[in-house]
Amino acid sequence: MTAAERAKQPPTKVPRDGPKLTGPKLEQRLESTWSNPPGFIGWISSVDHKDIGRRYVITALIFLALAGVLAIAMRLQLSRPDNDLIGAARYNEIFTMHGTTMMFLFAVPVMQGMQIYLTPLMLGTRSNAFPRLNAFSYWTYLAGGCLLWVAFVLNIGPDVGWFAYPPLSGPQYGVGKRADIWAQMVTFTEIAALAAAVSLTATILKQKAPGMSLARMPIFAWATLVTSLMVIFSMPSVALASGMLLSDRLVGTHFFNPAERGDALLWQHLFWFFGHPEVYIIFLPATGFVSEIVATFSRRSIVLYPVVVMSLVATGILAFGLWVHHMFATGLPRIGYSFYTAASMSVSIPTGLQIFCWIATMWEGRPRLQVPLLYVIAFIFTFVIGGLTGVIIAAVPLDLQLHDTYFIVAHFHYVLIGGAVFPLLGAITYWYPKATGRMMSDSLGKISFWMIFLGFQLAFFPMHISGILGMPRRVYTYPAGMGLELPNLLSSLGGLVVAAAVLLFVVNLVLPLRRPKHAGPNPWDAAGLEWATPSPPRPYNFPHIPVVDSRTPLWDAGETLSVVHGLRVEDRELLLTTVLSAKPDLREPSAEPSAWPLIASLALTVMFVSSIFSPWAVVFGAVPVVIALTAWFWPKSPAPEPEPVIS
Amino acid sequence: MSLPPSFTDDLSGLPTHAFSHRSLTWWGIIGFMVIEGAAFALTIAAYFFLMNQEQEWAPRPWEPPGLLAGTLFTLVMLLSEIPNTMIKKAAEAYDVGTVRKLLPVMVAIGALLFVIRGFEFNSLNVLWYENAYGSIIWALLFLHTTHIVTDWGDTVVLWRLMETPHSEDPRRLVDTDENALYWRFVWLSWLPIYALIYWVPRLFR
Repeated sequence: MTAAERAKQPPTKVPRDGPKLTGPKLEQRLESTWSNPPGFIGWISSVDHKDIGRRYVITALIFLALAGVLAIAMRLQLSRPDNDLIGAARYNEIFTMHGTTMMFLFAVPVMQGMQIYLTPLMLGTRSNAFPRLNAFSYWTYLAGGCLLWVAFVLNIGPDVGWFAYPPLSGPQYGVGKRADIWAQMVTFTEIAALAAAVSLTATILKQKAPGMSLARMPIFAWATLVTSLMVIFSMPSVALASGMLLSDRLVGTHFFNPAERGDALLWQHLFWFFGHPEVYIIFLPATGFVSEIVATFSRRSIVLYPVVVMSLVATGILAFGLWVHHMFATGLPRIGYSFYTAASMSVSIPTGLQIFCWIATMWEGRPRLQVPLLYVIAFIFTFVIGGLTGVIIAAVPLDLQLHDTYFIVAHFHYVLIGGAVFPLLGAITYWYPKATGRMMSDSLGKISFWMIFLGFQLAFFPMHISGILGMPRRVYTYPAGMGLELPNLLSSLGGLVVAAAVLLFVVNLVLPLRRPKHAGPNPWDAAGLEWATPSPPRPYNFPHIPVVDSRTPLWDAGETLSVVHGLRVEDRELLLTTVLSAKPDLREPSAEPSAWPLIASLALTVMFVSSIFSPWAVVFGAVPVVIALTAWFWPKSPAPEPEPVIS
Repeated sequence: MSLPPSFTDDLSGLPTHAFSHRSLTWWGIIGFMVIEGAAFALTIAAYFFLMNQEQEWAPRPWEPPGLLAGTLFTLVMLLSEIPNTMIKKAAEAYDVGTVRKLLPVMVAIGALLFVIRGFEFNSLNVLWYENAYGSIIWALLFLHTTHIVTDWGDTVVLWRLMETPHSEDPRRLVDTDENALYWRFVWLSWLPIYALIYWVPRLFR
């Protein structure tokens, strides 16, 4: 029976989930409706948010490993003075690739990947909004990452730093195509991030389970909503900046050329208007992980939930008022210095409030010191140190002294690794059983945790010292006799310890995959809806859509889980609810699997890569993109009759 | 599921489509409008940043852009809202016939706008590579052109789709409704850009 024929049937004849169709019989039918087609075509056509999220996370972790190898190469070069392991030009490429990969290809995508995987499960829905857009997002991200790394392997990788300041990156000094590749990689990753952010925002606003009002939403979903909105408002800035840079280089515009009344500082404003919120786009999802982990392992709901949520929102707003603190050394009016110092210090207030709430939750609860919670404690310890050095460099006189030294390198690694990577590793350990059906080894997890935590402190704490002693960033070596030998050697040793620990973490990720799926649906006895699904979840997530009447639904559920029913079984159908109070409102179809998002992404890749070489590529390259997008959107099934509605 | 279900409400009676903020499509369109709006706002910020580098704007010896083509473009844009509103209302009233009649009108208006836009590029009195003033003026006009190109492409596809039996699906009328909403955004965002390209360079000489 075709979709059109099914649509013509009276409502009672359409198979729907409910008391008469439940259990294995229902699950079997949902399975065939929501599964991918078989084989390779099915694999590339998948629009399942769990597939896309998993691909995002695994790809981002591969980029983390690649950028980590570059970090080790730099630490080997810096392990002793006047070292000649790596020359100056190659070193420029390596630190550029390290920073660019970590920020654009690891940190933001890995957080979005976790959000794409988890959010629909946490909200109690069968899929995310715009699943094909989500698939397109992943393929575009992958294409951007490949562009950067293929260029690096071909020895045309960028060498202008991860923020590519003109005039160094402009046509006069940035000869060849290195800076163009950097700028176009940015375009790819921004399109990918924006597409994912729109999908996540719509999912959160419209697909919450009945009863899950905004005031009952998991804190991780709040963090996802805030970061997605931040992506939407900030990423156009860097896309615009990279577009202007490309046009300065390719068609001779003068946006950043002071000789023709352009301004190199315009770049810095546009870049940091994105770049500073980006730090919080990476950090806020991590605080979402922390809130979920702290609640589960303290076995109580988060203390002062409204304060935590308001802190997330406040951080999201304040993050847009700080960007100029990256530009203190460019010279600013006095009022500018005062304003941005005050703004930079004020953002520590909501973050501080969140930290107090987590400590209070652990204090009030019964904390279980398992690996995810260990990472949370390491996060609090490390992030507070990074936050304090942040307050130090928010003060202009100190910033001018420490600008572009290793003190800054130490600061941002404390806040980014301490603030985002530690919670991420905790989150991977925490949700691993959900995604794979298996538990990671606790003892191996504890060994790698302690190695990462202590190795990190050994690697990055001495950088404060070398920075205060005046060691500049981004210089490939340093002379002997300035007191820099010991801190650098310690940093390099610490880097090796972290690398070994990460390897151990990866071993711990891979080894359990050979064991049977014994984890069960809720191994940590957690409260969120994602733990109501089997591990790993089925393609349709929930056989019946759950109903929520508290912030900790599984802890309050008792013997049964309240559900609504009446969704179609043989077509992909979603329940939409109202934005604020999550009252059931509509049943809308959800997109079928399709290879067109991949084809559209490939066409976009051809256009973008060609446009590095000729502006006409934008015109001619757009034709295949339009064809692919049209094929993507054109309805495939015969036009159905309007479904009769029971009144 | 880890827990057996206890059934509450039967939702099979819920509608399968709705207009405006109740539909997912609306939220997607709004999301992309905000993204494009943010890009325009930042380009406008860059415009004023670069304007600050000059003693006068447009800087001599360049003349401000000629008014004719841009003003004509603006008038056609504003008038296009009449058929656009009619399409939007027809879609919301499930009036497929009117939608089918008026979509080609919007396609024709889009094509006319392209022709006028060509003359606009020709009347800027500065080229993009001459100085930063020329670069930002061209950037604004180029960005807005990509805007009308995308919506025009969207409208052409929708027009062809509505000529097929798919137009009987009410969800396609929701799409039509959202396409009309997007066109409103296209012409509304043009108004400040029109002022920045054509009038600010006259006022600050």
